Amino acid sequence: MVNLIWIFMLISGILFSFFNGTVDEVNKGLLQSAGQSVELVIGFVAVFTLWLGMMEIAKRAGLLQLVTKLGYPFIRRLFPDLPKNHPAAGYIMTNLSANFFGLGNAATPFGVKAMKELQSMNKNAELASRSMVTFLCMNTAAVTFFPATIVSMRLSEGAADPLDIVIPAFIATVLSCSAAILYDRISWKIVSGGSRD
Amino acid sequence: MIDIVFLAKLILPLFILVILFSALITRTDAYSAFVSGGKEGLQMAAELLPFLVGMMAAISVLRSSGLLLWITNLLSPLFLTFHIPAELFPLFLTRPISGTAALSITADLTHTYGTEHIISRMAAVIQGSTDTTLYILTVYFGAVGIKKMGRALAVGLLADLTGMILAVVITLWYFQNVWS
Repeated sequence: MVNLIWIFMLISGILFSFFNGTVDEVNKGLLQSAGQSVELVIGFVAVFTLWLGMMEIAKRAGLLQLVTKLGYPFIRRLFPDLPKNHPAAGYIMTNLSANFFGLGNAATPFGVKAMKELQSMNKNAELASRSMVTFLCMNTAAVTFFPATIVSMRLSEGAADPLDIVIPAFIATVLSCSAAILYDRISWKIVSGGSRD
Repeated sequence: MIDIVFLAKLILPLFILVILFSALITRTDAYSAFVSGGKEGLQMAAELLPFLVGMMAAISVLRSSGLLLWITNLLSPLFLTFHIPAELFPLFLTRPISGTAALSITADLTHTYGTEHIISRMAAVIQGSTDTTLYILTVYFGAVGIKKMGRALAVGLLADLTGMILAVVITLWYFQNVWS
């Protein structure tokens, strides 16, 4: 499906630019976006190295195992496919906590680590497993306690109280994350033919 | 109230402190652990490049060709039938696709209507309570080489739509009844 969406986005955009007279913009945009991706990856190299290093300390000191154990009752309900004390659980916990505190760029390396652990027990290496879909649904609708970017944007726009949106945003994020988990469950039931987990 | 901003800044260093103190207590060689863990960073990030270039190129073509704007203008009357301000439609359409584009729309709305206007607040709550689904799927699935995302994209986008509608409703309720 992603393949078709991707092809469709490019073809429809390019064809539209012929009629809209925006061929120049598209040419420029293509190169610019590739450049931006490289910049993004360079940023990732720095953040990934720093946080994966910190995470390795946490792992060797036993902190990650502690987090895995503490989060087990929570993880077990959300990821029924995951074996007890699987290392993925610890990374999932740290990723969701980093998201919760608004540390978006620290959350990414933990999430990638979690995906690698989930991939190691995936039966079909090309197809997303059940736990992966659940994890990513929770990530795209991650519960955020403090939306730092938007608060600083409102501050620079001169808001009298830039923090006024924190509480409604938190309520919205809790509800949308619950919706994501619910949709994930329902769609899994449909795909798996209604068999109980 | 600014204290929250300050506390948010403390989370990162506190996190590192907890890790380092636990290393001290358990007599873990923290430095060599850091160095060997960090080695993975370069490769992990580099592996993401083709996925990112592919997805960002497609998004950029959609935006720079003007197609995204055209679809937005075409569909925005739909919004009024659901009693959602039409000004928010570009944000609804862009938020799951491109984080930077969505932020610039929110900044633009805030600038146009002022920070205390309900539309600016709705946009801020939408921005603060959702994430860029397409980008997250690209990065995380790309990192492990998954090419078939299964239900993830459909579920993610549906959750985004639900979340954004909820954000509008909650903002309206909050600023009319709770906030004074």
